[in-house]
Amino acid sequence: MSTQQGGRFFFNVDWITILIYVALCTIGFVNIYASIYNPDTSTLFNFGSNYGKQLIFILTALVLGFSILLLDAKFFSVFSPIVYGITMLLLMAVLVVGRKVAGNQAWIPLGSFRLQPSELAKFGTALLVARYVGNFNPKFRDIKSIFFAGLIICFPLLLIMLQPDTGSALVFLAFMFPLYREGLSGYFLLIFLGMIVLFIADFLVPISILIPIIVLVGVFFAWQNKRKQKMMFSMIIATIVAVAYLFFVKLAYEKVLEPHQRTRIEIMLGLKTDPKGAGYNVIQSKIAIGSGQITGRGFLEGTQTKYGYVPEQSTDFIFSTIGEEWGFVGCSVVIGLYIFLLLRVINLAERQRSTFSRVYGYCVASIIFFHVFINIGMTIGIIPVIGIPLPFISYGGSSLWSFTVLLFIFLKLDSNRMGFI
Amino acid sequence: MDNLFNRKYIIQGLFIVVALILLGQLFYIQVASDRYFLSANSNVLRKKYTFPARGIILDRNNKVLVQNEPVYDLMVTPNLVKPFDTAALCKIIGIDMKGFHKRFNKARNQSRYQRSVFEKQLSVQTYAALQERLSRFVGFETQNRTVRHYPDSVAGQFFGYVKEVSEKDIEKSNGYFRPGDYIGKAGVERQYNDVLQGERGVENTIYNARNVPQGSYLNGKFDTLATSGETLVSSLDIRLQKLGEQLLHNKVGSIVAIEPSTGEVLAFVSSPTYDPNLMVGRQQGNNYMEIFGSPNRPFTVRPLSGYYSPGSSFKPLDDLIALQEGVIDPNTTFNCPGGYWAGNHLVRCEHVDGNISLRRGLARSCNTYACYVYQKLMTQSKYKSKIAAYDDWQAKVRKFGIGSKLDLDMPFERPGRLFTSEEYTKRFGKYWGYTTTISLAIGQGEMSATPLQMANIMAVIANRGYYIKPHLIKAIGEKKEVKKEYLVRNSVDIDVAHFEPVIDGMQDAVNAPYGTARDSALPDIIMCGKTGTVQNPHGKNHSVFIGFAPRDNPKIAIAVIVENAGYGSAYAAPIASYITETYLKGKLSGNRVDRAEWMKNQVVLPEVPKPKIPFLLKDTTGKTAAPGTAASGTPSTPGAADTKNLPIVPRPGATPAKPEIPVKKTTENKKLQITR
Repeated sequence: MSTQQGGRFFFNVDWITILIYVALCTIGFVNIYASIYNPDTSTLFNFGSNYGKQLIFILTALVLGFSILLLDAKFFSVFSPIVYGITMLLLMAVLVVGRKVAGNQAWIPLGSFRLQPSELAKFGTALLVARYVGNFNPKFRDIKSIFFAGLIICFPLLLIMLQPDTGSALVFLAFMFPLYREGLSGYFLLIFLGMIVLFIADFLVPISILIPIIVLVGVFFAWQNKRKQKMMFSMIIATIVAVAYLFFVKLAYEKVLEPHQRTRIEIMLGLKTDPKGAGYNVIQSKIAIGSGQITGRGFLEGTQTKYGYVPEQSTDFIFSTIGEEWGFVGCSVVIGLYIFLLLRVINLAERQRSTFSRVYGYCVASIIFFHVFINIGMTIGIIPVIGIPLPFISYGGSSLWSFTVLLFIFLKLDSNRMGFI
Repeated sequence: MDNLFNRKYIIQGLFIVVALILLGQLFYIQVASDRYFLSANSNVLRKKYTFPARGIILDRNNKVLVQNEPVYDLMVTPNLVKPFDTAALCKIIGIDMKGFHKRFNKARNQSRYQRSVFEKQLSVQTYAALQERLSRFVGFETQNRTVRHYPDSVAGQFFGYVKEVSEKDIEKSNGYFRPGDYIGKAGVERQYNDVLQGERGVENTIYNARNVPQGSYLNGKFDTLATSGETLVSSLDIRLQKLGEQLLHNKVGSIVAIEPSTGEVLAFVSSPTYDPNLMVGRQQGNNYMEIFGSPNRPFTVRPLSGYYSPGSSFKPLDDLIALQEGVIDPNTTFNCPGGYWAGNHLVRCEHVDGNISLRRGLARSCNTYACYVYQKLMTQSKYKSKIAAYDDWQAKVRKFGIGSKLDLDMPFERPGRLFTSEEYTKRFGKYWGYTTTISLAIGQGEMSATPLQMANIMAVIANRGYYIKPHLIKAIGEKKEVKKEYLVRNSVDIDVAHFEPVIDGMQDAVNAPYGTARDSALPDIIMCGKTGTVQNPHGKNHSVFIGFAPRDNPKIAIAVIVENAGYGSAYAAPIASYITETYLKGKLSGNRVDRAEWMKNQVVLPEVPKPKIPFLLKDTTGKTAAPGTAASGTPSTPGAADTKNLPIVPRPGATPAKPEIPVKKTTENKKLQITR
């Protein structure tokens, strides 16, 4: 490393992104403090408590982040298969030596901390996907490239499903966005969207009405394309597949999903209410957020937060603290910060000269987006309860570190965008 | 490549759309809807109410009429209850196991975490026994409240009663009342409920998710202490009230005494009555049904809802109008041959007095004189038609308070009844005149007044021309506030000079040797009055007396009605004299003590009316129920029935001319002179 390079270390780093990152971490700390705050116990600062630990996590995450900025940019591309390999090994290891917490075998105990390999697997996978696209520059027009990319993504996904941690596994669907950006047909996204719509429709509309509707729509589009035989043919196929999917979903729903997951989905769709059981979390979270009204009850003034009405409030349901104490204004600020960050990362990604950096940037944005959407959506009841953290804000070392690493690797790549990798 | 570059916007657009969806839902639950805000408060806040003591009520001499007694509600918080000796608890509060489970399940269905009433109104004795062992009954606690206690056990209809609020009350109060609150349901307790009830106290406590109390909400910023209700000073004189109830014991009727100069009601007796203490406590419901079902309707507040024809007691009023109109003067005489021919009907007199003047006419209660006066009034030349004459006359009568509410501070007052010319036209067609309505001259026919209105007429005459709205509560609260409307004099537009001749006649009615109520004359006090013997469709005549005393500077105006007791002089007049003497002298003199005792022991009960609700039938007197009759608390039904009590018989041999008044045979056979 030359001195010239050393002087540029932080010069090219996108400080705006770091500023947003610090802002989100601070918001996280403040709200974790409020979630744990108890008016009766001592208010002295306490490193043993969760907010104390979170402060340590934030400081170490900053150290971690800035150390990443000190590494050579080439490192990530070169070592991506190794990082991927290590995280996969950890994912397999957790199935053997992992500790079971709340039904999921997702944590490897390391002294006083617990490591969550599924968090690390996200940036491991992101790196390898970027490396694959960067090296081979596939346009995803052929089955082979789709297959390879799919393999890289689905391998960790399946390992995580085995824990079973459906929520974390779901996040791997975020990789569809970078692949789409690199040429994957938009139909994949549409098909995916269609699958979700059909899945929900399957619950809300009787199958005797649903099937004729699908057939009618299929026939209509086939008729529209009657001059293009190939299109007409694929329309007919699509219709048959859709109908088959309906039956398959019902079956898979009964056989694959755990009972508590089925309950969560049914509660979200409004088919079931269980205010004292499975629905308790969502109801209490909605009450807490809703009670914030426009400007919120104020810092440490949220009654639902203070008196422990929302379970898991410092981790997965941290957004309910924000909602109650800071109101609609606070929620808008947080969502605004996230959107600003996401759009910024995408813009930064687009200015990269190397495909590797660009794809990696898209991976970062997509993973964060999925977390934010699913987590906030879950706390306000538009998505079934899926236990994944809110990036940078939720309490937890593994999650904060892995998001920090994820983001700062991209910042490092970006600061080095003029160089070749 | 350009094509792929554009996908950036699709992805960014998707991010923004999703963010807007999230914000949309947030806007809905945080800003648009306050459902969640309310849910949050009901999550953490529990209100605990403390109940104020109701205001006490004093009599005019500051004697306590109503006070409060402590009782204890046993409360239970179902989720705190641990297994315990249920049999012991049942034994202490006097319920069985079935009752225990019923109460416990009811509480649990209401809320597991909120305390609710397990058993209401335990007495002090039960409470003492319970308190010793309460620590063994985890989850149970007591809450003290107060209930009413009426030390004299009198004036039930005056007080009314207090009861737990009904669903309807809660609805009407816009959420002010809550289940378990008490509200006055009748009488003064109802009328003055707002001032009597006081303010509930509230303690807001915060509870956490595990239902452990976390201290008071905002340091008790919204907590309040219970404030007791205001003290009311009643105008009643408890001595008179007691004496009145004793005198009317085993009789049906009412006594209203008014202090003329202030409009304050001194006695407000309605008989039969009941002990107001029966309407307190755990047996309230049962007692209510018992009283409700007993004969002669003790719940009827006769002084303000009983309709009676005033009968002869109406005559002074009519004479006053005649004097004011100038159609007679005190010396005008009419010849009484023992009756008055109205068209082809005879209104009979009990005596033949020859030429009779105002003073003697009143003292002897001469029907003929009264009818001539009425005839004169109706045939004045200044009126264009008989209808105009009648309308003018009835407007003057109404000024005395007949036919409209006097606005007493009690619920359910009734206005009395006096026909307008339209009503007569409706009943009799175009052709009617003073001969048709002649019975009004002697206070019968289409005229009824409540005892309160009759006493008020006496107050007018005692005051020589005005009355002050009668009222039962003379002052409210510590400041002894008096309502402004109770200071206003309501004039009846009769010149002061016209009162003396009429009062002369009323004085003679009591004090002259030929007066109708001479047996009730008071030693040393000049009482003026007028008897009435009122024929009615419900059986034997009602005994009526109205009067005031002393003649100069009167202190008491009184109306007494004893139903189906015959002559006014027989029951009503002596009862009025005992009340008056007690009020003015503090005690009865000489042999009058014994005579009052004799009166107290008299039983004058009408035939037991058949209860309208069969299951309430409780024939305690053993008499057979007479079908179709009712206590005179009920209004006389307009229509043919009224004509029964017209003291009019067809002129012998004459064919009935119009208006055709159906006269029933039973009436014909009856003794027809109805007044003396």
